[in-house]
Amino acid sequence: MSQEIFYKTATELSQSLAKKELSSVELTQAIIDRTQAVDDKVGAFNSRDEKDALAQAEASDARRASGDGRGPLDGIPIGIKDVLAVKGQPLTCSSKMLGNFVSPYDATCIQKLKSSGSVLWGRLNMDEFAMGSSTENSATKVCSNPWNLECVPGGSSGGSAAAVSAGQAVVSLGSDTGGSIRQPAAFCGIVGLKPTYGRVSRFGLAAFASSLDQVGPMGRSVEDVAMVLQSISGHDERDSTSFKAEVVDYVAAMEQLKGKKWTLGLPKEYFDLAADTAAIEPVLKAIDFYKSIGCEVKEVSLPHTEYAIATYYVVATAEASSNLARYDGVRYTHRAESYDDHIDLYFKSRAEGFGEEVKRRIMLGTYVLSSGYYDAYYLKAQKVRTMIRGDFMKAFEEVDALIAPTSPIPAFKKGEKSADPLSMYLSDIYTISANLAGIPGMSLPCGFSAEGLPIGLQILGKPFKEEELLSIGQAFESAHDFKNQHPQL
Amino acid sequence: MEYEAVIGLEVHVQIKAESKIFTTCPAGFGYEPNSLTDPVILGLPGALPVMNKKALDGIIKAGLALKCKIPDVCKWDRKNYFYPDSPNNYQITQFDQPICDGGEVEIELPGSTRAVMGDHRTVKLTRIHLENDVGKLSHFSEDSLVDYNRAGTSLMEIVSDPDMSSAEEAFAFLTSIRQTMIYCGISDCDMEKGQMRADANISVRPVGQTELGAKIELKNLNSITGVKNGIDYEIRRQTSELKKGRKIIQATWRWDADHGRTEEMRKKEDAHDYRYFPDPDLMPVMVDDEWKNRLQAEIPELPFEKQRRYVLDYDLPYSITSVLVPDRELSEYFEEAVTQAPKSGQAIGNFIANDLLRELSDAKQSLSDCKVRAAHLLSLVSAIDKGVITKQIAKEVFTEMFNTGELADEVIERKGLKPDFDEDQVKAWCEEAIAENPKPVEDFRSGNEKALNSLKGQVMKKSRGKANPQVVDGMIRDILS
Repeated sequence: MSQEIFYKTATELSQSLAKKELSSVELTQAIIDRTQAVDDKVGAFNSRDEKDALAQAEASDARRASGDGRGPLDGIPIGIKDVLAVKGQPLTCSSKMLGNFVSPYDATCIQKLKSSGSVLWGRLNMDEFAMGSSTENSATKVCSNPWNLECVPGGSSGGSAAAVSAGQAVVSLGSDTGGSIRQPAAFCGIVGLKPTYGRVSRFGLAAFASSLDQVGPMGRSVEDVAMVLQSISGHDERDSTSFKAEVVDYVAAMEQLKGKKWTLGLPKEYFDLAADTAAIEPVLKAIDFYKSIGCEVKEVSLPHTEYAIATYYVVATAEASSNLARYDGVRYTHRAESYDDHIDLYFKSRAEGFGEEVKRRIMLGTYVLSSGYYDAYYLKAQKVRTMIRGDFMKAFEEVDALIAPTSPIPAFKKGEKSADPLSMYLSDIYTISANLAGIPGMSLPCGFSAEGLPIGLQILGKPFKEEELLSIGQAFESAHDFKNQHPQL
Repeated sequence: MEYEAVIGLEVHVQIKAESKIFTTCPAGFGYEPNSLTDPVILGLPGALPVMNKKALDGIIKAGLALKCKIPDVCKWDRKNYFYPDSPNNYQITQFDQPICDGGEVEIELPGSTRAVMGDHRTVKLTRIHLENDVGKLSHFSEDSLVDYNRAGTSLMEIVSDPDMSSAEEAFAFLTSIRQTMIYCGISDCDMEKGQMRADANISVRPVGQTELGAKIELKNLNSITGVKNGIDYEIRRQTSELKKGRKIIQATWRWDADHGRTEEMRKKEDAHDYRYFPDPDLMPVMVDDEWKNRLQAEIPELPFEKQRRYVLDYDLPYSITSVLVPDRELSEYFEEAVTQAPKSGQAIGNFIANDLLRELSDAKQSLSDCKVRAAHLLSLVSAIDKGVITKQIAKEVFTEMFNTGELADEVIERKGLKPDFDEDQVKAWCEEAIAENPKPVEDFRSGNEKALNSLKGQVMKKSRGKANPQVVDGMIRDILS
């Protein structure tokens, strides 16, 4: 059975485009049609500009026709999380606060995608200002898991995961501050990669927590993700925290590393924590798979794991409380209709513009930075953070990468956790440490729960060794068929 | 009981730079509101600050000029507070690792008269750090408008130790900083334009007490006179409170220049909690020796050093040095001439401080447009030295040079100012004057030295000002002896 166009991988589509078996306009139209057919159910898009996407597709076809094709991503529709600035397009961060804001500039990763010829497609739903693990904190609309519409797609990049999973985009960009790419990728049965901190420029990414945020690719296959990562990586003069290093040809590097017998570590603390072993059954099978192909698998210890969530919620909220101060009702944001003075303007505009979770985190962050509490919370959290990174660096002296579940549970029902923020926070236990340590992490589908919900396998790697993660992931992927399994919509 | 004041100053100085600190957006004054902005300056979602290394040159130079220690590493912190002139609602500043540590400022206190040099001392600095400036608010009856052109420009804060004890010292401190900044080309320090702003921390304690009194932070000292008057007022107020047995409670006050008094702005418990933390968008800055050495080489001779050298090398009176030195352009103009005639320093200094400045002001001309250059001054001084013209005539020659751009010799030649008589003629005029003025002659003989001036004046008149007064003086004395 020939697969629907909208479920093909970027790698396959790229070949068809190169061979001129398919035009970018046809592909883009197929994606648009699919989106029109299913997005009422999925809710992956905050907004979409179909005319603009088709115009980009036409330009791509014209380039290919005249022999000026820009490479594998030229003409491939890529969905963009609504947290990245695209010139002339709305940028809402799924918040009422940003209302009708239209970005006057392009994020660096967007500029790079533009020069790779990709078709930038739509603004994808997310938890407000990337704060959340279910996309239930979106002020725009409800986003559902394509595998079970009663379940959440994960978050905060829920729209980016759902859109790829449901065939509404070939690949997408998300952002990951504590697992926001990997966890929704796991929930929606796709591949998501959080690069090393500093690998991809943050310029144009509306900041949640500056020292943790990282833009990354999401797609149906490891190779798709590698292709997009290659296109968006690299040092950027406009982001001081971006790393000065040559961009790796990830696809070629994966080819080179093929068949390598990796030494893989199982973080003891992660598996000890797993309450629901059924939920991580496929992860255990994946471990057996790696053993079966000759990889050495050994237990390692990340002793400070138990402090990761507390540390994260101190560091992330502190930075967020300051980063979100700019949304104040004065310049481009939502402004209350009537107010007495500028203080009242701030109070009312922010009270109306921000959702509950955002307010909760701003308050928490403001508290931990307050004089008298700074040393006990923020400073201590930074010290623990250094120890958490130390745990990983020590483990990487012994192993090439770590294998773990992405999430302790598969996608949960909408509303199930929204009344209990703490249990929601705890579901990020496996992903958060990678952000604190600044290391890369990838989630790829490795099976299904008893209820038929996708389960993610997480691979955590050494800083700036994304090609190793990709190669390890691809070894599993190529021996299984998860990338060709799609939700019934 | 006697009381003494202890004063520390926090001086904000805008650094002249082509672009803002954390973006490539140009900096400048007088542009259309909000035209010098970009996503970073406006705090748009996703915009990130990136340090513009060149913007640090000014503050490192200032630190070197003020003898600060420049640590190898400094870092950036966020100071969080909401105000509409601050686009991000946090200011990027340096909390605990500033770019300049310590340092000192040499100050000069007023002398007994303007012609007398006052006492010099040094005021210790705590630190100098860099931060980004905010925008400018304009308030109208219904609305307030904000212009972000100034937002993100380099502002340095020079913090002194509590090391001053009077408004005069504070004034001298500001004056010295201002001159140093202007000399080094770091800032124009025009207080009226807001390029230099000062806050003062003032406390008063009984003389002999080592512990500091409760401090009042005094804001809104927007002019040099404001600094003087505000601090003076606040010292008197605190002293009078203490004398009445009242307590001073730490708070922030403001100077109300219109009513000439200070008033409370906010109490200590209402002080902002700025929630400082390291800015995660910016890396610490490494300042290496190469960088420091390059800037050290750009620091010119500083005003007080120059003043001491002028007195020593050219024997200039203090009153002349205090005209030449504060204006770097004027002192350079002086030096261009004086280096070619080091012995004529006084004469050259005098012409510049008196004749040149008077002519420039009458003609409303700037020094750079002036036709009188070093060669002119030298030709004039040499004509006097050679006895070709008198100092009196030289003034006339100077005005001609100023108007026409001719050298002194050309003016003297054209206007026939050279003496057209010999010594016998001078002697004849002396004898005439003595014969015609018996009263002064008698007075002189009875011991009144001053009476000689009247006789000399007569001779000078007869020579139409061309006779050499010293020669005339000698001749009259000879004849009368």
